[in-house]
Amino acid sequence: MKPEDQESTSVAMIDPGPDKVIGPGHDYGTVTDEIGGVVFRPFLKTPPQMFIGFACAFLLVNVLMIAVTWLFVRGVGVWGIAIPVAWGFAIVNFVWWIGIGHAGTLISAILLLLKQDWRTSINRFSEAMTLFAVACAGMFPILHLGRPWLAYWLLPYPNTMWLWPQPRSPLIWDVFAVSTYATVSLLFWFTGLIPDFATMRDKAGNPIAQKIFGMLAMGWRNSAKHWARYQRAYLLLAGLSTPLVVSVHSVVSFDFAVAILPGWHTTLCPPYCVAGAIYSGFAMVLTLAIPVRRWYHLEDLITMRHIECMSKVMLGTGLIVAYGYTMEAFMAWYGGGQFERYAFVNRVWAGGYWWTYWILILCNIVIPQLLWSRRVRMSILAVFVIALVVNVGMWLERFVIVVTSLTRDFVPSSWGMYYPTVWDWSTYLGTIGVFLALMFLFIRGLPAISIFEMREVVHETESKHAHRD
Amino acid sequence: MLTETKVSGQLGNLYGIMAEFDEPESLLDAARRARYEGYQDMDAYSPMPVEGLAEAIGFRHSWVQRLVFTGGLCGAIGGFMLCWWITVIAYPHNVAGRPLNSWPAYVPITFELMVLIACITAVVGMLALNGLPEPYHPVFNVEEFARASRDKFFLCIEASDPKFDPEGTRQFLQHLNPREVMDVAP
Repeated sequence: MKPEDQESTSVAMIDPGPDKVIGPGHDYGTVTDEIGGVVFRPFLKTPPQMFIGFACAFLLVNVLMIAVTWLFVRGVGVWGIAIPVAWGFAIVNFVWWIGIGHAGTLISAILLLLKQDWRTSINRFSEAMTLFAVACAGMFPILHLGRPWLAYWLLPYPNTMWLWPQPRSPLIWDVFAVSTYATVSLLFWFTGLIPDFATMRDKAGNPIAQKIFGMLAMGWRNSAKHWARYQRAYLLLAGLSTPLVVSVHSVVSFDFAVAILPGWHTTLCPPYCVAGAIYSGFAMVLTLAIPVRRWYHLEDLITMRHIECMSKVMLGTGLIVAYGYTMEAFMAWYGGGQFERYAFVNRVWAGGYWWTYWILILCNIVIPQLLWSRRVRMSILAVFVIALVVNVGMWLERFVIVVTSLTRDFVPSSWGMYYPTVWDWSTYLGTIGVFLALMFLFIRGLPAISIFEMREVVHETESKHAHRD
Repeated sequence: MLTETKVSGQLGNLYGIMAEFDEPESLLDAARRARYEGYQDMDAYSPMPVEGLAEAIGFRHSWVQRLVFTGGLCGAIGGFMLCWWITVIAYPHNVAGRPLNSWPAYVPITFELMVLIACITAVVGMLALNGLPEPYHPVFNVEEFARASRDKFFLCIEASDPKFDPEGTRQFLQHLNPREVMDVAP
């Protein structure tokens, strides 16, 4: 039997507007079919944009392969890093990618605890984004090690040299924070997928697909007892991920804040890095969700309400980031330390990178203010462009923090500039390729929207209507 | 795969009897009435979690949270002891005269390991308590059951129940206004 053949009602895939999280006329069956349909679509009926997008992403993956091979052959000298700027692009990109991951955990965990109804159709998608962003982030510190094949030395394990990593160092905290974050994100994502794997298993016409989904579903049979334990475990995962998401970027920012370098050594760093992380993450969710909803006609599941809510979160976190920039300037003046003051002056106009600071202000603070206007938030194109601008702005922020602070430290004799080489750029673009290629594969191969949670949304919407009538 | 078997009433040949419903409310109602009738060994199946359904079929204790608490506690203690053991016992290293047992610096690793072990316990514990992975289960013998993961709701009274009686139970389920009542082969 193919359940989709029976009573398969067609639903008009229209956007219900900014008040509703789901289009009209949906029932349990239609949401299942619409989301599952994306995966069960015949290969050649995949939207052509997906093929083109994947081809471009895959090209960039190959660029990364070449860049990394060259790096392994010649060492980190192929990058533009030297003393004083030993951190360069590798750490800029690491912090940027980690930040992007944060929106996924925020959407799936914090918004779950806050019972936000608009979380449901974007959580799966953003969890996948988190996972892939963390994978890209994780590559950079390892490539930057110089001898990446010895990366396991970072872990505490009994060894014949009888050496141990230093647990007082933020760099070791980072190892624990990022690996925990990656593991927990994977668990959260996989746990959310189990009931949907079961749906795909029961829906699959193709015996191979049925076997694969069947193995992944592990025999899930939608039993009420299972659901009870499942929901408890899911809620606990959300509760544990909430402090985790705040801690990860705080720990990453400790790499900077615990150092004594002017421009880094500030208590403001952790909260403002966390806000920036969520800011860039929401920008990335929007950057991905807007084209996908259009290509697969998911406007009735990812509605204007989702887009508008995400725009508002972006505006809000953007304002926290703006507060961070203001406080940075204020503390440089009010703190009275000459090094701290000089670090700021250098960043804003005296140094060689002053223009990056002002593009950053333009991208992160000035342009996103357009989101105050409802008309802008209702315009898909405007939101998409602003999201792209914020992505660029947040990358520049990481660049300004990492590079401009390092170029001018305490002793003028050790000042210097940093210029990225073609290998810096190709490694960076290559990870964008990895990220996008994985996203394209995920959207094509797994249910990109949580099906069972959409059924809950249908149920809630129905019972609300019933109460009103 | 076994298809729908019309097993006629012998206890040994039957896993249970299953009724199919259209709405979560009717399943909830049916589960409550079955419980009131005195049935104990039963399970309800729904395409999404339904509030109160687990309680309605008499499921009470959830060990998940206790396991997670224990896991978190072990993770936190383990994380702290790891840092302490490295800095004090295995590799004492004087950094600017600070005490070897510099516990504030252990907080991030302690916290991260607590979250890590607690989360792994939550997922592995939930799967283990649910008896998953489970390669075979009789309910899948019912062809219509594929819709439990789509849009239909099922109540299955199992043959192991002391009150189970093929005819009586089937009649009882028929009274609950289901779409259909089916036998489940073992």
